[in-house]
Amino acid sequence: MTALPRWADVILLPVLNVVLAFLVGGLIVLAVGQNPIEAVGIMLYGAFGYGSGFGYTLYYTTDFIFAGLAVSLAYHAGLFNIGPEGQAYVGGLGVILIGLALNGTHWAIVFPLMIVCGALFGAAWAFIPGYLQAKRGSHVVITTILFNFIAASMMGYIISRILKPAGVNSDESAPLEAITRVPQLRSFIELFRNSPVNLTFFLAIAALIFVYWLIWRTKFGYAVRALGNNPVAANYAGISNQKMIMIVMALAGAFAAMVAVNNVGGVQGRLILNFVNGAGFVGIAVAFMGRGHPVGVGLSALLFGILYQGGQELAFQMPGITREMIVTIQALVILFTGAMGDMLRGPLGRIFTQPDPVAGGK
Amino acid sequence: MEQALVDITLILDSTVRLAVPLILACLAGLYSERAGIVDIGLEGKLLAGAFAAAAMSAVTGSAWLGLLAGIGAALLFSGIHGLASINFKGNQTISGVALNFLAAGLTTFLGQSWFHRGGYTPQLSGDQRFNPITLPFANELREVPILGQIYWELISGHNIITYVAFIAVPVTAWVLFRTRFGLRLRAVGENPKAIDTAGISVTLLRYQALIITAVLVGIGGAYLSIAQSAGFNNNMSAGRGYIALAALIFAKWRPGPALLVCLMFGFLDAFQFRIQGQSFPLIGEVPVQAIQALPYILTVILLAGFIGRAVAPKASGIPYTKER
Repeated sequence: MTALPRWADVILLPVLNVVLAFLVGGLIVLAVGQNPIEAVGIMLYGAFGYGSGFGYTLYYTTDFIFAGLAVSLAYHAGLFNIGPEGQAYVGGLGVILIGLALNGTHWAIVFPLMIVCGALFGAAWAFIPGYLQAKRGSHVVITTILFNFIAASMMGYIISRILKPAGVNSDESAPLEAITRVPQLRSFIELFRNSPVNLTFFLAIAALIFVYWLIWRTKFGYAVRALGNNPVAANYAGISNQKMIMIVMALAGAFAAMVAVNNVGGVQGRLILNFVNGAGFVGIAVAFMGRGHPVGVGLSALLFGILYQGGQELAFQMPGITREMIVTIQALVILFTGAMGDMLRGPLGRIFTQPDPVAGGK
Repeated sequence: MEQALVDITLILDSTVRLAVPLILACLAGLYSERAGIVDIGLEGKLLAGAFAAAAMSAVTGSAWLGLLAGIGAALLFSGIHGLASINFKGNQTISGVALNFLAAGLTTFLGQSWFHRGGYTPQLSGDQRFNPITLPFANELREVPILGQIYWELISGHNIITYVAFIAVPVTAWVLFRTRFGLRLRAVGENPKAIDTAGISVTLLRYQALIITAVLVGIGGAYLSIAQSAGFNNNMSAGRGYIALAALIFAKWRPGPALLVCLMFGFLDAFQFRIQGQSFPLIGEVPVQAIQALPYILTVILLAGFIGRAVAPKASGIPYTKER
């Protein structure tokens, strides 16, 4: 592999890959006879142009930060966690159970308990694939995919048969009282008018800082990175790989479950079918684009927040473009930053190692 | 008694119908995984194939052109997969995941742009679809008790892709275990270095495997939209690509068992439709979700090594780098 200057490796290459993904996306928009530049303009207006639009952007960003961290954390340990979707779904069960148990209690008491309880449920759900990988050698990629489906069926059953109160038609749990729900920022800040962004947003920012500290400033983080870079060496250095795999997966599940705090606790106030709605999968794109670093994850989560909120606006303004274009962009981002992330490394390397004309080269 | 026989035949008949896309996708995955390329992207290829087939068939009015378009779309996706995972030595799992999202996004987006029906393609009818074929003497033998009925209901009256899927199983077994190409294919999945040393191109072999994969999964996609249904709708593959992947693991990457597992998963699906809302003695009403989750749960149990051991081809998932 060609060695690149550090700044090129850390900033230039990822940015080029993202630009490439968006260029291809633009070409697709162009191919169906729409104007990509105009589309970008509308999206930016939808994401930042007015208060509630901006609030929605931050609300989506919150989800994507947690999902992105759930993927990156596992990736640092060399594990590809495709399961945040299911982990967040199951986390929702923990959030709603504690919420309903303490329904009517002030949110200041319930909010921390929702975090803990949701985290426990999400962690438990992610722990099983972790255990199976560590102790039984079943590949975590496959098991987390399977667990997404199992979670969907299980939660469907729980919501429609157990949590659904009598006399309610749609498949959802009983609602939380207003005082128990995580407060939305619009109750303090006028700007956010009708948007669902809530206190969980600050939890997401805190989570980013926490993960930075955890991965790069603690012994535990060192062990995680050692495992990810070279499991054999990690083992030789006295790290128990099996234990680490299980802990990291559980931790990833706990982060994924925070999507449920944002959604169930802060917005819906009840558990509805399929509330995660793909946010867990966006986490995959966010993690690769952000290269697993909290700063990168935060920025990519914001970018996807813009895309999701702006995409909503786009669907109103340009009937030729549906919101699914965002899923396409998401796919291109995963493809170019994740799967083909090193495609430009060769050409870039050649540019940087060109003989210096002044020194006369080699 | 008579009614029970009819019931069983009907449930087996829908088992066959539901198993066909699984069989095709599973065999498709078998070729690429045997060649050392993990194909998480089966789901996306299936979806892309289904969309392309329905779109082409709606525009041209020919199911055969639709089928070709389905295969073409799957080939394109396989091409991207190959480029990422063979040429650029990228992560095959990530590239597969990307393909799944790409298919989910593009099919709806293009469907809306082209047909303006909320992601649906126009309803197909007549020659735009593959219609049931009545096998010789099926109508005459229909009145014959039991055997005639089974022949008429279960064996006859399927569309051509169904027969192709069932024929593809022994053909795959023959190719894989009785031809030189099959031997090389298996070798490149276990030990690409040996293949390289023998002077055979690893890249070429893996691309060949990906092409066969695309053809099969493209046919499977076409089955969904222009044979089983009369048009494409959003996300119509509905996780079948993942079930096929699960079936492949369950079958331990062998064609014969793959057929059986796909039929079993198809049966679970048919059974689940059948028992919806019905109450049984002793156990009461079985939740639909439990049966929906069963293929996944069974695969997890298998993967965990509690019922036999599923060992993937050794070199699968690892890009091959020739030594310099």
